[in-house]
Amino acid sequence: MAAESPVKCTLVVESQPSALNRPCRQILSALDARGFTQDDIFAVHLALEEAFLNAVKHGNKMDASKKVRIEYCVDAEKVEICITDEGEGFDPGTIPDPRVGENLYRPEGRGLLLISSYMHDVKYTEGGTCMRMVRYKGRPIGEPDKASVH
Amino acid sequence: MAAIQPRISVEYKDEATIVAFTDEKILEETDVRALREAVESVVEQAPGIHLVLDFRHVKFLSSAVLGLLIRISKRVYEHEGELRLCNIHPGIHEVFKITRLTSVFEIYEDVESATRSFSERR
Repeated sequence: MAAESPVKCTLVVESQPSALNRPCRQILSALDARGFTQDDIFAVHLALEEAFLNAVKHGNKMDASKKVRIEYCVDAEKVEICITDEGEGFDPGTIPDPRVGENLYRPEGRGLLLISSYMHDVKYTEGGTCMRMVRYKGRPIGEPDKASVH
Repeated sequence: MAAIQPRISVEYKDEATIVAFTDEKILEETDVRALREAVESVVEQAPGIHLVLDFRHVKFLSSAVLGLLIRISKRVYEHEGELRLCNIHPGIHEVFKITRLTSVFEIYEDVESATRSFSERR
């Protein structure tokens, strides 16, 4: 039987890509235990990896003295994840669309597009140092009223 | 078939070189860098290569791998070769569609159709 009680947790981890391994396992296990679909789990895993890597690489610039805060809440209907870095922040509106023109052939710049495509709600706060993203259980991606970046 | 640093396996079929990624998940930059070095070494040893990248084992990848594929593609064409991708898991194919890389790469269902496409083009 799927677990129904919400799980909520805050973790502060090092600025290195491998530091996501444990939090990622915890979040994906919580989704699995609450009956999220394999598509949901794939989507959240991808968005989490991309968001964390952005925080470590572009936010904290791999500075070992800086941390990344991961807050998550999983209930029977949705998962909400906030990733906060200690960098200078950024304006997501300035990031070029990687699907257009010559950008298609650039090796970088697809992380934010994937996050906004696979999560139903994505918001940036605290000057761009904090990304909050939500995915609803069993809801397909690409529904126009939700799959947007604010 | 030769296994290289267990990240890729290389097989030769007709006039094509089939490189299969052997990891189920490709995420970290160190993984991506190792793959890049391994595949580029295959490309550089064979000018005019007909390269097929086989994703049959790959169930999960990050955007860094998409960047890797762009780099490999450029290197292949610099060496006057051709590139095909195949056996892409449906979940990963969705990633290619979202990023519109389906318009950049030639993607085939399996190794046979990818390999055949080289001779059909002549």
